[in-house]
Amino acid sequence: MTVVEFLTDPWQLPFMQRAFAVAAITGLVCGVVGVYVVLRGMAFIGEAVSHSAFPGVALAYAFQGNLLLGGALAGLTTSLLIALVSQNRRLKEDTVIGVFFSCAFGLGIVLVSTQDSWSTDLSSFLFGQVLAVGPEDVWTAAGLGVVLVTVVLLLSKELVAVSLDRETARAAGLPVMRLDLILYAVVTATIVMSLEAVGNILVLSLLITPAAAARMLTERLWAMTLMASLFGGTGALAGLYVSYAYDLAAGGSIVCVLTALFALTWCLAPRHGLLARARRRRGETRRPVGEQAVAT
Amino acid sequence: MTTVEPLLQARDVSVVLGGRTAVEDTRLTVRRGDLLGLLGPNGAGKTTLLRAALGLIPLASGEVLIDGLPPGRARHLVGYVPQRHEFAWDFPIDIAGAVLSGRTRSIGWLRRPRPADRAAVDEALELVGLADLRRRPIGELSGGQRQRVLVARALASDPQLLLLDEPFTGVDIPTQELLGDLFGRLAADGKGLLMTTHDLAAAARTCTRVALLNRTVVAEGGPELLADPAQMLRAFGLDTAIGATREGRAA
Repeated sequence: MTVVEFLTDPWQLPFMQRAFAVAAITGLVCGVVGVYVVLRGMAFIGEAVSHSAFPGVALAYAFQGNLLLGGALAGLTTSLLIALVSQNRRLKEDTVIGVFFSCAFGLGIVLVSTQDSWSTDLSSFLFGQVLAVGPEDVWTAAGLGVVLVTVVLLLSKELVAVSLDRETARAAGLPVMRLDLILYAVVTATIVMSLEAVGNILVLSLLITPAAAARMLTERLWAMTLMASLFGGTGALAGLYVSYAYDLAAGGSIVCVLTALFALTWCLAPRHGLLARARRRRGETRRPVGEQAVAT
Repeated sequence: MTTVEPLLQARDVSVVLGGRTAVEDTRLTVRRGDLLGLLGPNGAGKTTLLRAALGLIPLASGEVLIDGLPPGRARHLVGYVPQRHEFAWDFPIDIAGAVLSGRTRSIGWLRRPRPADRAAVDEALELVGLADLRRRPIGELSGGQRQRVLVARALASDPQLLLLDEPFTGVDIPTQELLGDLFGRLAADGKGLLMTTHDLAAAARTCTRVALLNRTVVAEGGPELLADPAQMLRAFGLDTAIGATREGRAA
């Protein structure tokens, strides 16, 4: 098989075309939204939301409703419950998150188990079903993706101000709480739209890993956003190629490719990577940037 | 002629935090031209008083007025410089971007910064001596440079009243001097500044007035107040301890 064949072959199949489209869109949107998840330290919350979307998806499936809508409602309900219960300062927020997301996940499994064909359904929820998406799913993903990216870009100035310093943002009169809720809602919607591509367990990878890789490479928010969306989109495509060529699970392949990309940047990033750090340590005559700054 | 309202007026302010009275019946006034140093031991309520003045926490009693207005309606008049650890220094943004974030509110929703916003950032960077480093990522700055970024961010919104929380703590000497001079000039220009500190020397050097706080204002006056040991002991809660031992002996 030549390289050209390797690249063009899968595109002959309509189901692969749709898979490519959904994977690329999902990767791109996750990259953009993931920037804030990484910078705000929301990884655990993302995990919680993705798991808590599960019972909603299961319920929607059981009653033949809209899976996206069901997942979004369940995810939002759980986030709000977490926000509410963690107002009681006796418990730390991560504890409350731990209670709720495992509960939601258990509830989802119980709901799925009421169905006859539950084991196959369960695996498609957990690990994605990107090879089985229909044409309407492509359009839903594209439409939702445009909305989510637009919201993030339009609010980036405010999101930056709040991320930098909540107290001062609040003192300046920014509606910090409402901006938080919007960000949570965007993260929830992104996670739910990604369920088809990589499933409930792996969605966090699509959200976090491209943004983390981008963070290794740049000190500029716009560059980080651009790179994260590029990594997410191309990584998802590359993962699908691997999955097609070697007959491997699609969601898992996507995650593995993204993680390999992250590992590469972690080692090879020009300033903050493993090699660059090692080189600096060896050549101690040139002092690291941090120390130069302190000296001024 | 209308009377000139003080920029900041705290009238009998009490704040209760988690069941504990952090600030009690405190009166404080900052007029134009004032550089008021707020001194006191840890836990004296200095930061709490600043946050109350910013309208960030509810008052148990009393009121705060900024130029005659409640804090919620005077946000455009106030610049806030929090302690350095309140800021996300690992965020991927350069100095100019961080300073521009101080104008987020005045730029407005869905709008991009205009030339006037850029000019305000340039001017603020010029004032704190960071104009040459405007493109440097904030993660690579020293403590003194970080402090200057926070001051520039507050100045970028062109505030009349500047509230500063420990601006001299852990900061190198050149930055202390630069900021001290800058604060003095701002006050001379008719702005009002309120600054918490536990650095007596810096306060004595830079402030036009000082107030000693220990849950409430125990003394207020010119910087020469800091040379009075009895006042200082009272502010730092040592006189009661001494008094108690004396009473104990007498009994």
